[in-house]
Amino acid sequence: MTSFLTGLGPIYPEIIIAIGAMALLMYGVFRPETDANAEATGWLGVLVLATAAMTVALDPPAPASLFEGAFVSDRFTDFAKLLVIAGSAFALMLSFDYFRRVKSLKFEYPVLVLLATVGMLIMVSANDLITLYLGLELQSLALYVLAAFRRDNVKSSEAGLKYFVLGALSSGMLLYGASLIYGYTGSTNFTAIAAVAQGKAAAESLGLIIGLVFLLVGIAFKISAVPFHMWTPDVYEGAPTPVTALFAAAPKIAALALLVRTMHGAFPGLGPQWQQVITLLAIASMLLGAVAAIGQTNIKRLMAYSSIGHVGYALVGLAPNSPEGMQSVLIYLAIYLVMTLGVFAVIVSLHRKEGQVVEIADLAGLSKTNLPLAFALFILLFSLAGIPPLAGFFAKFYVFAAAIKAGLYPLAIIGVLSSVIGAYYYLRVVKVMFFDEAKDKLLPVPRVPGMIVVAASVFVIFFAVFAGPVVDAAAAAAKVFKF
Amino acid sequence: MIYLAIVFLPLAGALIAGFFGRLIGPRPAEIVTTGFLIVAAVLSWVVFVRVGFGHETARVPVMRWITSGDLDVSWVLRIDTLTAVMLVVVTTVSSLVHLYSIGYMHEDEHRQRFFSYLSLFTFAMLMLVTSDNLLQMFFGWEGVGLASYLLIGFWYKKPEANAAAIKAFVVNRVGDFGFALGIFGLFFVFKTINLDPLFTAAPSAVGKTFNFVGYEVDILTTLALLLFMGAMGKSAQFLLHTWLPDAMEGPTPVSALIHAATMVTAGVFMVARLSPIFELAPTALQFVTFIGALTAFFAATVGLVQNDIKRVIAYSTCSQLGYMFVACGIGAYTAGIFHLFTHAFFKALLFLGAGSVIHAMHHEQDMRNMGGLAPKIRITYAMMLIGTLALTGVGIPHVAGFAGFHSKDAIIEAAYAAHTPNNYAFWTLVAAALMTSFYSWRLIFMTFHGKSRAEPEVIKHAHESPPVMLIPLGVLAVGAVLAGIVFSRYFIGHDYQAFWGKSIFEGPNNHILHDMHNVPGWVGWAPFAAMATGFVIAYVYYIAAPWLPAATARAFRPLYLFLLNKWYFDELYNWLFVKPAFWLGRFLWKKGDGAVIDATIDGTAAGVGWMTGKAMRLQTGYVYHYAFAMMLGVAALVTYFMFQGGGVQ
Repeated sequence: MTSFLTGLGPIYPEIIIAIGAMALLMYGVFRPETDANAEATGWLGVLVLATAAMTVALDPPAPASLFEGAFVSDRFTDFAKLLVIAGSAFALMLSFDYFRRVKSLKFEYPVLVLLATVGMLIMVSANDLITLYLGLELQSLALYVLAAFRRDNVKSSEAGLKYFVLGALSSGMLLYGASLIYGYTGSTNFTAIAAVAQGKAAAESLGLIIGLVFLLVGIAFKISAVPFHMWTPDVYEGAPTPVTALFAAAPKIAALALLVRTMHGAFPGLGPQWQQVITLLAIASMLLGAVAAIGQTNIKRLMAYSSIGHVGYALVGLAPNSPEGMQSVLIYLAIYLVMTLGVFAVIVSLHRKEGQVVEIADLAGLSKTNLPLAFALFILLFSLAGIPPLAGFFAKFYVFAAAIKAGLYPLAIIGVLSSVIGAYYYLRVVKVMFFDEAKDKLLPVPRVPGMIVVAASVFVIFFAVFAGPVVDAAAAAAKVFKF
Repeated sequence: MIYLAIVFLPLAGALIAGFFGRLIGPRPAEIVTTGFLIVAAVLSWVVFVRVGFGHETARVPVMRWITSGDLDVSWVLRIDTLTAVMLVVVTTVSSLVHLYSIGYMHEDEHRQRFFSYLSLFTFAMLMLVTSDNLLQMFFGWEGVGLASYLLIGFWYKKPEANAAAIKAFVVNRVGDFGFALGIFGLFFVFKTINLDPLFTAAPSAVGKTFNFVGYEVDILTTLALLLFMGAMGKSAQFLLHTWLPDAMEGPTPVSALIHAATMVTAGVFMVARLSPIFELAPTALQFVTFIGALTAFFAATVGLVQNDIKRVIAYSTCSQLGYMFVACGIGAYTAGIFHLFTHAFFKALLFLGAGSVIHAMHHEQDMRNMGGLAPKIRITYAMMLIGTLALTGVGIPHVAGFAGFHSKDAIIEAAYAAHTPNNYAFWTLVAAALMTSFYSWRLIFMTFHGKSRAEPEVIKHAHESPPVMLIPLGVLAVGAVLAGIVFSRYFIGHDYQAFWGKSIFEGPNNHILHDMHNVPGWVGWAPFAAMATGFVIAYVYYIAAPWLPAATARAFRPLYLFLLNKWYFDELYNWLFVKPAFWLGRFLWKKGDGAVIDATIDGTAAGVGWMTGKAMRLQTGYVYHYAFAMMLGVAALVTYFMFQGGGVQ
């Protein structure tokens, strides 16, 4: 028994959260349905996530694998899992005040978040097509429900349904790709696939390549890379704001980690092929993210396009297929997570007596009614735009530097150009906040989101000072892969 | 420690007066900056004695500055005799100017700013003279340029002052461009810009050439000429002199400190400091001599006819700087520095005296509106007289005299001993000495003698300056009288080698300081004769026969106008550079910026807006549209790989 349990060491975080989710479900079901109880369940969920994060942090750095190589754990998965758990935990913390204000505070919410998190962690650790699909679906099913969490709200229901239908389509394509890959390589295990999928024969095998493309498309849907992004703006707008915060943070990181693992674990021999796809997706995402965001009037839709653009930048780091590129992707994800959560912590807190505020025009004159909040949003948006010396600048700097080092000049140039275009819509929000005529006062910012905003702003401002640990950890995580 | 104190006290003063001036008020700001400067001046004299007579030298590291590849630059204070002399000149004049300004500027509302700039200037100048590498020197060089710009334009509400400040800055850019190129070149050739390694390495480059558009050009000559271009700008030499007279728009104490005693001599200092490089480039030295002699002569001719009291002295400064460059060019660096040293005293004295006159006359600067002021302001008159005696070099040949007598006559003798072609250097300098004497006395006579031409109201209120302004005059007067007699034997006399130590390099064939003592006797009398002649002519023109100047001007009208308009340099440059620059600017603005860049950017912005509209129309909200888009994406990717022949590279 002891040896069985120790043998499961690498999967402890998933087990802890899964058991925690079930325990919380019981706890919620058998207690009166009050706001206080629902919030208590939520905080217990945060506690479960924190415990899981501790387990990940204490995980031995040496690579380990379970279940005949279907599940792996190493420095890379640790890094990604910490980000995913942090994303889920903070998004969960953002939800309580919001749901209380819209009168939808329910104990099922944290349970679903925990289940989604388990799925994401499995995605991160997946080293087999079956594990991959298992994690992806566990995550997605929970997220579909979360998007439609406000059942009484038409937009929320529509968002959940759209996400579900299109998600099912993408899952189908992913499975189709997986079956082609299995057919051509005779295995679902990444290591075994890698052994077969290399050399000239593999590169000339159209079936394998098409399988790879379909697999990539399935994952690209999850990270909302253009042209598989269409669901994003609608779902981001319709889903309750804390759910949008969750969508923008944790699943993106999990899916990108999955993408990295699949490409490097299963298809190192087809590098030139998937690099081309990644490059195309990166360019399309950056450009569309920058251009389409300009026309938005709803701040959640704006953030949807922003996240599309940022996925494009992260893919820029993946395209060179180099250690620096890998490191830059991880740094990018860490910084992106903080910036996004910070911005959503602001958006979640924007309420008037008559209800939630989601139009950019409603932010007019925020600097006069609530200067600290306006200042924090200003800092975070500038960082998203990539203006030095804020963290977002360094994120972009690392990925572009990696692209240039690999000789991918067009990619870097398009990236820089689209950041210039992108800067416009971030600056427009700042302009509205600082120079337009003030509107009615907003309700005060609740304590928890307020603290998250402050923490995110401090991180963004001072990242340049204490970048060391993040950069080093990303470098260590990038070493897991051989180039 | 003492060295650090000298350099950084002015900076501390500048920061306090600059950043906390409003807080502490004008008087404390004045006291802090002036007090710090006086301390620095006293310490400088201590250093001067210790270094000059105790033969102490030092390198004081301040901090590592830049390390990048071959470039390794530390911030080090280089202390030797040359530095010590400059320290004394800079801090002494600066502290006296600070003191004087307390009186001169007492009506100004922005005194804190003024004193902050003055101290900032002093700091930058000290950085320049203590530099141990060329980057440090360039830092100081640009620092004094900046301070000069700020101080010329101190009265920024006056359009002329702003124009003059910009002119000074722009003209200096031309010189600084050469200086910077020289530094780059030295680094390129020797892989270092630290002075000592540079001096050690320089002889190895003698005679080496590089190919420039088909010509073989000597490396060291080129570099020395580029460096000298910087000196020409900063020291207002012929062709790059036009900013100096205009710089007189600044407050008079500024003119005394920056545009007479210190900053403008930076070029001379630089040539002396880099004497180990210049000595190896004889062609460059000939050019230095030529430009120096030409400037001495040219500026003196213009000085003959100017009517603004400060401009006369400004041209005189320009001319005297020419003397110093002649000295450097013929290898008598120590004589050049000696003249720099004495000149600082009497020229600052003349400027501050002129300031006192202007102060008394309620900001009247035109000498045609003065006259007969001597009884009104006796002390100022006496001080100006001492300054004039020193500038014109009054003294008994081969015996002793005022400060200028020792230093200027030494240069003239050295110029004779140098045997330039046709002795041109010697004769132009003697001619310039004659004119110097004439315009100096003209200034005295027009200002202080004869009948008053001023408004009776102004004359009635003419008053002597307060003691705080007169004390600096007195101290400078002492220097103007004694600096020559006391120091000539150390600077250029037979103790000179011990005094200078290794701070100035003389090539093995350079015996100029020896030869200049062995010139024929009449050579020593020549400047005396010139000086006396100049005095007599001035006396005749402005005391004995006051109608003569106007008659002469009428008789030689073209020549008179030529001189009055400063050889038409401003007009020439206006036509040659300024107009084309404006035309080019207008062209780039209208056509380049407006038609090309703005149009491109506006067009791009419009294009982005158009694309935004399209992208938003794609977002219909229908699930089947979205699914269709996804299928299109898949189809595109698959097609791409199929046409690539299965992805074969």
